[in-house]
Amino acid sequence: MKEKFTILTSTCVPLPLENVDTDQIIPARFLKATVKEGFGDNLFRDWRYDKEDNPNPDFVLNQPAYKGDILVAGKNFGCGSSREHAAWAIAGYGFRAVVSSFFADIFKNNSLNNGLLPVVVSPEFLAEILTSLAKDPAATLTIDLPAQSIANHATHHTAFFEINPYKKDCLVNGLDDIDYLLANKARIEAYEKKRL
Amino acid sequence: MKTLFDKIWEKHVVDALPDGTIQLYIDRLYCHEVTSPQAFAGLRERGLRPFRPERVTCIPDHNIPTLNQDKPIEDPVSKKQVDTLERNAADFGLAYYGLQHPKNGVIHVVGPENGLTQPGMTLVCGDSHTSTHGALGAIAFGIGTSEVEMTLATQCIMQRKPQTMRITIDGKRKPGVTAKDIALYMIRKMTTGGATGYFIEYAGEAIRLATMEDRLTICNLSIEMGARGGMIAPDRVTFDYLKGRDFAPRDSEWEKALAYWETLHSDEDAVFDKEVFFQAEDIEPMVTYGTNPGMGVSIRERIPALESMGETGRISFRKALDYMGFQPGDPMMGKRIDYVFLGSCTNGRIEDFRAFASLAKGRRKAAHVTAWLVPGSWMVERQIKAEGIDKILAEAGFQLRQPGCSACLAMNDDKIPDGKYAVSTSNRNFEGRQGPGSRTILAGPLAAAAAAVTGVIADPRELMNESLTSNIDF
Repeated sequence: MKEKFTILTSTCVPLPLENVDTDQIIPARFLKATVKEGFGDNLFRDWRYDKEDNPNPDFVLNQPAYKGDILVAGKNFGCGSSREHAAWAIAGYGFRAVVSSFFADIFKNNSLNNGLLPVVVSPEFLAEILTSLAKDPAATLTIDLPAQSIANHATHHTAFFEINPYKKDCLVNGLDDIDYLLANKARIEAYEKKRL
Repeated sequence: MKTLFDKIWEKHVVDALPDGTIQLYIDRLYCHEVTSPQAFAGLRERGLRPFRPERVTCIPDHNIPTLNQDKPIEDPVSKKQVDTLERNAADFGLAYYGLQHPKNGVIHVVGPENGLTQPGMTLVCGDSHTSTHGALGAIAFGIGTSEVEMTLATQCIMQRKPQTMRITIDGKRKPGVTAKDIALYMIRKMTTGGATGYFIEYAGEAIRLATMEDRLTICNLSIEMGARGGMIAPDRVTFDYLKGRDFAPRDSEWEKALAYWETLHSDEDAVFDKEVFFQAEDIEPMVTYGTNPGMGVSIRERIPALESMGETGRISFRKALDYMGFQPGDPMMGKRIDYVFLGSCTNGRIEDFRAFASLAKGRRKAAHVTAWLVPGSWMVERQIKAEGIDKILAEAGFQLRQPGCSACLAMNDDKIPDGKYAVSTSNRNFEGRQGPGSRTILAGPLAAAAAAVTGVIADPRELMNESLTSNIDF
């Protein structure tokens, strides 16, 4: 059973870069663990710390004004490798949702499988949210998964977002695919008999 | 009127949910040491065993050293991951090709060359370059660790059906243009997110004329356009490649399989969600200048000007060039480089070594260049030696290392130092991909060889001449 996701209101961390790849989210040299915990410490490692491991004051995770449960990023977020460690790192750091105008496919699946909600908004709405956050780091968003809506309280704009009903059901109820698949084993065996 | 993708996909649907989510049967799961430990741990937590162990193959490749593989791995953390895979394979009765095993190597090189990957299959691995296997006419794609666990537990995963895209490359490629150049050209045109949500079928004369190794390179890089996978309809090239390989069907089984495989092509009236056309003659040798594989130019071109970028892309463009130490408008030709890496699931096959050697022959490695030549597998290494390519390379000042993923993602000791430039035949030029601060210039095996012997970015066509390439058909 995973943590259930319903309604989340939070301040945000803006990362207005495009094509943020999974090697930036969690560099390969930190993939050597054999457990899922602990990756949050190295989230965006090479942007967050300089070569002597001092925090880089220019990077948003080191700016005290910006904190919260929602990461807001530029388009094509999570491109590159299939490493689920990227989703573990973002969730491990404490984020519960990522907002962007476009996500890479495998990252999106990996996030959904870890209770981390990827929220796709229009490029215009993304730009508006980033502007609100630049003006006021205390600006908040509300993500309502059952209603599939995202509200920017600074502008009073609300948008609908897409998510497939099966995945939504899994997130809202804290279930995962394995629970579903294991319950469906008889059908797998019947399929094998028929085809193989 | 079905596409190749539809024909294979439909055969693997176990169940369909009302919202369109598909329970998809997986014919083969490949596991490596980095993305599988948490999946095996999950199985244990749930008290499960692999549902169909005979459909799983485990190969350590990401972490392994490329020197002294007969000795214990020095890095204790890497060693633990490799040992964990070996123990998991033993505990659960799974095939395991560990270090020193004649079938060890990069999983995406080993699968096809042993006939484990076959037309019509569905294959997954916790690695985005699983798209490679689509070259044999299979549906192959990368998955996350949760999905590795699902496949181990039930031989199924839950997937939305992707949209289909056909990329047709008409015409014949020009001399000196490799499969890698075709791929880098397509990624530039499509951008790194241009095929997200799609599964690609590559078609057209340039694909039909391509060898199996070329096709593997092209399908390998599908993910760099954002596609889940890429595939090519199996044909005579595919069947000739597969016949006699260790896990390929034999005798009457072969005839039966062949009869089925010959049906695996898109019907003439099949409709794709998107069609894209390229002309092979338009493609030149390519190099990248930035920090994603879409940031490429033909080798004689200049880096784009800042003004040519859209408003929203400029921050990322500027950041990429700052990282690379390049200026907008710079020419790529003549830029001094420090390292050359030949290898990886993209370009670690025998034809890549033949191509590299064709330009290295009779020349010398530039004195200031460090070159890492890493065969994709022991099978490739044996073939390199059988063909005498190792001697040509040695005479030119190059040494072979032992197989593995190596400097492609620098999880082992093969790290490009901070600030150094590497011409690399691998697949990603992301910041820090080849080591913290490393600067990667992606290229094909010919451009890599040209850089290795001249010490700068150079046009491989200037080095090619009839006598050196007469026995190699590019």
